[in-house]
Amino acid sequence: MNTTLRDQERRTGWWLLTPALLLLLLVYAYPIARSFGLSLVTQNLGTELQPVFAGLDNYSRMALDGRFWQTIGNTVFFTVVSVILELLLGLGIALVLNQAFPSRGAVRTIALLPWALPTALIATTWTWIFNDQFGVWNDILLRLGLIQTGVNWLGDPNWAMWTVIAADVWKTTPFIAILLLAGLQSIPPDLYEAHALDGATRWQSFYRITLPLLLPQILIAGLFRFAQAFGVFDLVQVMTGGGPGGATETVSLYIYATIMRYLDFGYGAALVVVTFVILSLAVALATWGLARLRAVRAIGEPR
Amino acid sequence: MAKLELRNLNKTYTPRVVPLKELSLNVENGEFLTLLGPSGCGKSTTLRLIAGLEQPTRGEVRIGDRNVTHQPPGQRNIAMVFQSYALYPHMTVYENIASGLKLRRMASAEIQQRIGEVSQFLGLGELMQRKPGQLSGGQRQRVALARALVRRPDVFLLDEPLSNLDALLREQVRAELKQIFAAQPTPVVYVTHDQTEAMTLSTRVAVLNDGFLQQLDSPKRIYVRPANRFVASFIGSPQMNLLHLKCEGGFAQLGRCKLPLPSQVTVPPEVIFGIRPEHVRLVRPEDQQVLQGRVVLVENLGMSDLLTVQVEGTQGTLLRALLPPDQSWSGKQISLALPPEALHWFDVQTGDRLPDALP
Ligand SMILES: Nc1ncnc2c1ncn2[C@@H]1O[C@H](COP(=O)(O)OP(=O)(O)O)[C@@H](O)[C@H]1O
Ligand SMILES: [Mg+2]
Repeated sequence: MNTTLRDQERRTGWWLLTPALLLLLLVYAYPIARSFGLSLVTQNLGTELQPVFAGLDNYSRMALDGRFWQTIGNTVFFTVVSVILELLLGLGIALVLNQAFPSRGAVRTIALLPWALPTALIATTWTWIFNDQFGVWNDILLRLGLIQTGVNWLGDPNWAMWTVIAADVWKTTPFIAILLLAGLQSIPPDLYEAHALDGATRWQSFYRITLPLLLPQILIAGLFRFAQAFGVFDLVQVMTGGGPGGATETVSLYIYATIMRYLDFGYGAALVVVTFVILSLAVALATWGLARLRAVRAIGEPR
Repeated sequence: MAKLELRNLNKTYTPRVVPLKELSLNVENGEFLTLLGPSGCGKSTTLRLIAGLEQPTRGEVRIGDRNVTHQPPGQRNIAMVFQSYALYPHMTVYENIASGLKLRRMASAEIQQRIGEVSQFLGLGELMQRKPGQLSGGQRQRVALARALVRRPDVFLLDEPLSNLDALLREQVRAELKQIFAAQPTPVVYVTHDQTEAMTLSTRVAVLNDGFLQQLDSPKRIYVRPANRFVASFIGSPQMNLLHLKCEGGFAQLGRCKLPLPSQVTVPPEVIFGIRPEHVRLVRPEDQQVLQGRVVLVENLGMSDLLTVQVEGTQGTLLRALLPPDQSWSGKQISLALPPEALHWFDVQTGDRLPDALP
C-alpha cells in the first residue's frame, strides 16, 4: 500500500466534486460555449435557418448597429440610476430599521414584502399606477396642481424609462435595506460609544464608522444588483415592451427580439456573447476591488 | 483635572430592572477609585452614567463645578477604556489614537507630538501603522489605553480593562497601570469584579452590591474592617469564615470555645461571627481559648495549605484555616486558635458590622 491518507482524501474529494462540476459544465459552460460557436455563423431566415460560417461578421455588424448601441445605453442608464437610487434609499431604510423601536421585527418583515412579490405582478401594478387616464400618480399630481392634464408616462420617450426605474427601485430597495441592515448590526455598538466620547457628532460617526465598516456590504449589494439590473427583462417587457420607440429597450429585450422574433440566431448569439463579456468584466473588476479592500482593511475581530 | 462628584444617582430601566438604586460619592484629583462588586451589580451602568452614554433616572454627575448630567458624552471631556477596547477596526493604531484629538480640531503638529509621547511611553512605536486586527490582546489593550491617555481628559474611566488578558499578562499590565495612573493628577474610576485588581490599584474602593454602595474605604480598611457581611464575604480569598453563633453573657459559643464579643451595650441572642482563614492559626501554649476540630479536607495552594476543619462540639460546623507550610500538624485532630484582634461580628438581621473598639 503506497497511497497515503492524503491521496485517499484527495481522491474522495474529487469524487464528491464530480456531480457538481458536471452540472456546472452542463448548465453554464455548455451554453456559453455554444453561444460563442453560434456567434461565428450566420443562421437566419436569409440562410433558410442553416448555419453558414461567417467569421466575425456578426461582430462587425454589431459595431454599426445603432439599435444595439441604443439598447446598451438604455441598459447602462437603467442599471446605474436604479442601483444608485436603491443603495441610497436602502441605506436610509436600513439605518431607520437599525434603531430600536416598538414592533421592529414586524416592520422588518413587512419591509421585505415587495421583494417577495412576483415581478410580473409588480410590473402590471405599476403600469396602472402610471396609466395616463386612471393612474393614481397622475391623480396625485393633478390634485397637488403640479400638472394641468394627465401625462402619458409610459408613452412618453422621456418618461418611460423613469417609470421602469421607479418600479424596479420599489421592488428591490427592501432587499438592499435588509442586506445593509445585517451589515449595520454587525458593527459593535461600543465603537459608536467610544467615538461619541472622542467627541464625534452623529454625522461624524456615520462618515467615519458606519460608512467605512459598511463598505463591503454596500459593494456586495451593488455588485449583485448591477448584475441583475443589467439583465433586466420581465419588468420592462410587461410595462413597456421596450417602447415607446425603443426608449426603454434593454439589451436582453433586443436579444429576445433578435432570436425569437427575427429568428436571427447567429447575430443573437453574438449579442449574448458581448453582453456576457461586458458583465463578466464588470463583475471581475468589482470582485477584485472588494478583495483588495478586504486585504487593505485586514479587519480582525477586536477580541 | 477636576474632581468628580456623583449625587444620588439612580438608574431605573424598568420597575424590576434597577441596576443602580442610590449612589453618591466623590473622586478627588489624582484619586484612583475602584468600583468593585459581583457581575450585574451596576458597575458598568455607573460608569456609563458618568460618561454620559446613559442618562440617570435621578441624580447628578458633576465634574469640578460643572453639572454635566445633561451634557452629551463628547462635551464632558471624559476618556474611557472599554472592556472590549472598542478600537476602530478600519483605522490604524495612529488613527485610533488620534481620533479624539482630530475630532476636537487640534493642530496636527500637536497631535503628532502628543501621540509621540504616549506611544513612546507605552512602547507602541512600531505598531503605529497596523490595524487592530493585526495586534495581540495585550497590544490592543495598550492602544485603548493610549487613546484615553492622549486626550488628557478631566476624568478617566476604565471598565474591566484587564479582563480579556491572560493571567500572566494581566499581572504585568496591572503593575503598569498602577505606575501610569500614579503619575496622573486626574481622577480615575476603575471598574472590576476582581478584588486583587481593586486592592492593588486603588486609593479607595467602593464596594457595590444590589445597586447600593456597601462600603467606601481604602483597600486596607475594606479588608481589615468590612462594613457588613456582604463586604466581608466578597473581599478576601479564600473567603472569610462566616458562622451563625449563639451568644451568652458577652460570649459567642463556637463548639467548646467561648469567643468574647466586643464590649457593646446590648448582647444579641445570636450573631454572625467572621474570621479570615489566613488569621486562623495553630494553637500556642499561651492561648487560653482552644478550638478542637477534625481535619476533613486539605487543599494545597502552594504557598500555604487550606484546611477545612469540622469543629468539635457542633453539628458539623466547618471552619477553613489557611496555614503556612511550616506550621505542621499531625493526624486528623487539630487544635486551632482564633486571635481576638482578627474577629469580625455582624448583626444577624441587617448584616451590618457590630460596633467594636478598634479605630
Ligand atoms: N440597557 C439596559 N436595559 C435593561 N437592563 C440593563 C441595561 N443595561 C444593563 N442592564 C441591567 O443592569 C444590570 C447591571 O448591569 P451592569 O451595570 O452592566 O453590571 P456590571 O456590574 O456587571 O457591570 C444587569 O442586570 C443588566 O441586565
Ligand atoms: Mg460590566
